[in-house]
Amino acid sequence: MANREPSKADVLQGTLDLMVLQTLDTMGAQHGYAIAARLEQVSAGALKLNMGTLYPGLMRLEQRGLVRGSWGTTESNRKARFYALTAAGKRELAKEKQAWDRMTTIMQALLRGGA
Amino acid sequence: MRTLRECLHRLIGALHRGRSDADLQEELRLHMELAAEDAHRRGESVRSARLQTGGASQAMDALRDQRGWPWLQSLFSDGAFAWRQMNKHRAVTAAAILSLGLAVGATTAAFRLLDAVFWRPLPIAHPERFYVLGWNTTTSRGEPEYRDDFTYPTFRGYRTAVGDRGEVLILGSVSRQEIVIDADVERATRQHVSGNVFSAFGLQPVLGRLLDRSDDMEPRGRDVAVISYDFWTRRFGRDPAVVGRTFRWGRTTIEIVGVSPQGFTGTEPGRITDFFAPATLNTQALNNPGWSWFRIWVRPSDGTSPEQVRQLLQSQVKRDREEAVKFLAPDSPGPRIAAFLNEQILLAPAGAGVSGLQRTFRRPMLILAGLVVLVLLIACSNVANLLIAQAVARGREMALRVSIGAARWRLIQLVLVESALLAVCASIAGAIFAWWAAPFVVSLLAFQEPVQLVLDMNWRVLGFGILLTMAVTMLFGLIPALRASAVRPVGALKGHDDPHRHRRVVRSLIGAQMAFCLFVVFIAGLFGSTLRNLANRPLGFDADRLLLLEINVAGDKQSPQVWASVGDRIRTAPGVEATSFAGWVPLSENRWRAPVTVPGQPQDPDNETYFLGVSPGYFDTMRIGLVAGRDFRIDDTPPTRDGQVPVPGTGIVNEAFARAYFDGRSPIGQHVLVRQFKRGPQEKDVDAAMEIVGMVRDSVYNDLREPMRPTVFVPNEATNHAALVIRTTGDPLPLGPILRREVTQAHSDFRVTNIGTQDAFVQRQMLRERLLATLSLFFAIVALFLASVGLYGVLNYAVIQRRREFGVRMALGARAAHVVRGVTAEMMSPVGVGTLVGLGAGLAFGSLVERILFEVKATDAMSVTVPLLTLAVVAALAAVPPAIRAVRIDPARTLRSE
Repeated sequence: MANREPSKADVLQGTLDLMVLQTLDTMGAQHGYAIAARLEQVSAGALKLNMGTLYPGLMRLEQRGLVRGSWGTTESNRKARFYALTAAGKRELAKEKQAWDRMTTIMQALLRGGA
Repeated sequence: MRTLRECLHRLIGALHRGRSDADLQEELRLHMELAAEDAHRRGESVRSARLQTGGASQAMDALRDQRGWPWLQSLFSDGAFAWRQMNKHRAVTAAAILSLGLAVGATTAAFRLLDAVFWRPLPIAHPERFYVLGWNTTTSRGEPEYRDDFTYPTFRGYRTAVGDRGEVLILGSVSRQEIVIDADVERATRQHVSGNVFSAFGLQPVLGRLLDRSDDMEPRGRDVAVISYDFWTRRFGRDPAVVGRTFRWGRTTIEIVGVSPQGFTGTEPGRITDFFAPATLNTQALNNPGWSWFRIWVRPSDGTSPEQVRQLLQSQVKRDREEAVKFLAPDSPGPRIAAFLNEQILLAPAGAGVSGLQRTFRRPMLILAGLVVLVLLIACSNVANLLIAQAVARGREMALRVSIGAARWRLIQLVLVESALLAVCASIAGAIFAWWAAPFVVSLLAFQEPVQLVLDMNWRVLGFGILLTMAVTMLFGLIPALRASAVRPVGALKGHDDPHRHRRVVRSLIGAQMAFCLFVVFIAGLFGSTLRNLANRPLGFDADRLLLLEINVAGDKQSPQVWASVGDRIRTAPGVEATSFAGWVPLSENRWRAPVTVPGQPQDPDNETYFLGVSPGYFDTMRIGLVAGRDFRIDDTPPTRDGQVPVPGTGIVNEAFARAYFDGRSPIGQHVLVRQFKRGPQEKDVDAAMEIVGMVRDSVYNDLREPMRPTVFVPNEATNHAALVIRTTGDPLPLGPILRREVTQAHSDFRVTNIGTQDAFVQRQMLRERLLATLSLFFAIVALFLASVGLYGVLNYAVIQRRREFGVRMALGARAAHVVRGVTAEMMSPVGVGTLVGLGAGLAFGSLVERILFEVKATDAMSVTVPLLTLAVVAALAAVPPAIRAVRIDPARTLRSE
């Protein structure tokens, strides 16, 4: 398992997790549609997540203990499942952000700064 | 990368404990509603919103995959499906489970037995560090013999030779003794051990203490004993006050000083020791250079290799041999002496215990284990054929699965799960059978003296069972799985099934079954004939209704007259026909051999004659015919020695003796010289003259398998040990206790130490053969049954598959005989080839085991034709119902159903 090449799905999973965690950190507890809408807005329409990608990702985060889901009501009085960041999620977010920053710095230096 | 927590949640999800489907669907519904509203607000169509969010069913699929563990869930569903399939075809499933279960059970039982006798390490500290001594020598007839029995003087020499490079231990042979506890006479097994045994084994007492060196001092050890945990439980009810209690053994009073740990039952697999006594209690044997009564084990010290210890012992052995050579007869041939001097002492691993049982039953048990494995293979190929037939019938189902997207490995997994389920059910059935069968086989090994084996369920047996189940699954499941998954959907769905595709595999499986089956039947025939020949072998005496009482006299040796008076008293008891005495009885594994010289003829150094001391009336009691001369009288004396002076005596010989020494002439009145061996280290052998006063018919002496050898019977001397032979009118055993009391009443010093029957000795000689014959017959029946069921199944199935073809043929005018031939022709060549291969293997194997057989050879006409005929009959019987079915095909009906 450890030596497998990360498939496309895995890479997308990794970045999706980071995006969702960051969104929840910024906006607080949100339901799934709000997260998707926010990501679409921030990316200026480039990121349009469908249900088959978003909700399994949220379930995985919940299984790993990084978010906690609970039923609540929206402003328009509809029943929705809200996801909130846990303490472990906050720590994981910080760690992932560091790793991402490190990687972008390296890639930046490599691709722009010469061989 | 999945974390452990995620895996745990997914496992829980697989067991239907995660979020429910309804829960998930509600969440998705809200998402779609909000997306539709947003799209409406933006002025886009609902359809474009739906395209963006994606479909609910795909999302549910993705969610389900994330919630649970898809692979595990596919396994569960395959298992449930397999269970339903098995229930649907109950008859076929039952047949498969029974035949597999029997085979798996027999294999596991065989493994349990082999483990208990050969592999189970003794519950001592570091069993792998112990070795048993033995050496290869030749008998006086030039046959190779392995001996591991030693004398006490030899032991002393070895102990000094090894010194501190290792521990040298005495492990006496386990034998039944009569002891008296609180005035109750009982039997208990005793093992002599040297003082260092318990500490070398690293054992701790459960109660009291264990024997140590101070109990085992010369000239006589302490009158103490350690009882085993088993004996303590069985006889003393785990009484904590057992330490200090005493019992009488022979003439001594023994004090119990401790209880050995649970699970330690001595060092001889097949015998369980009840009490351990110091070796030096056997005072009569301590200085006797001719009495061997124990095995010697060694444990090299840390830093010493077994080979180094062996070298030390070998130099001592050489010294011993050089001393012994001086006392050999001066006319022994040179090569014999050289071989004697060069005998090497051998160290064999003793970690699993050492016993005669192992040596006697090593080869038979391995042969039986091999037969069991063959039966297992037959059962597996049977079930494989069954599953292949089912796979053909399920071609459509498989094609359907493939067409809706199943990968090939998924189909393989499906069939393998079914096979695994079958194998697990069979293993459970087999485990139950093995649990019953192993003790049952052990009971077959015993006769009047139970064989006690420790048959515990340990991790080795369990691991073997699991491995066996997996192997069996692979054996019969893989081929059908591969066959089933190789289906081509379009052809199968359209109904273009080729029912003949599997023919080659099926035919080779049938051929293999027939080969194995014939081999097993052939071997069973060989062993059965051996048992029959052995059982019908003339003994030379009548073993029926002969009671034997082994008598010991406390105090001095008694004269033959005193013994005769006891015998006369017994003869008057009700139920007794005749009595006499003998040093021991035939087939009791005692023997006395000495060279005999006829004056005027050159001595043949290899011709050692058997001797037996008997009282007057022995030949009458044993019903051995007196051919010439007379029986002994009470005043006859044997040829003997008085110090260095030979004393002449009388003797009676058998017909073989007359043939060997007198060319068949009457030996009555002739005189021969009988060797009298030295009785101490300073004496030399002398020859005493013997007058032959009678000749009797030949009878067996020591071994049922050897020809009747020249034997000389001499009158009993004064002794304090003899066997009382009693011919009874009815069943001998009930008279035992009554006559035991009579003997002590006749003379207070006479005590009966053992009661048995002659018949038991005869039966014990045939134990190994009886075991082999019984079990191989059982396996042969099972193999025949399995092979016939397999053949029937395959033929039956072929007829069903080809009924269209047969219908057309018969409509076109073919006769029933042609149809039948068509059915059977296909299977003739695999059956024929398999039979020949099995026969060839049987002949080869038969020549390998010729030594175990008796008066039967693998190449005998009967040995070959009977198995062939049996298999032919069975195969024909198996082919009859399918043939009848083929003939009964109604062409009109089959053609109409097209």
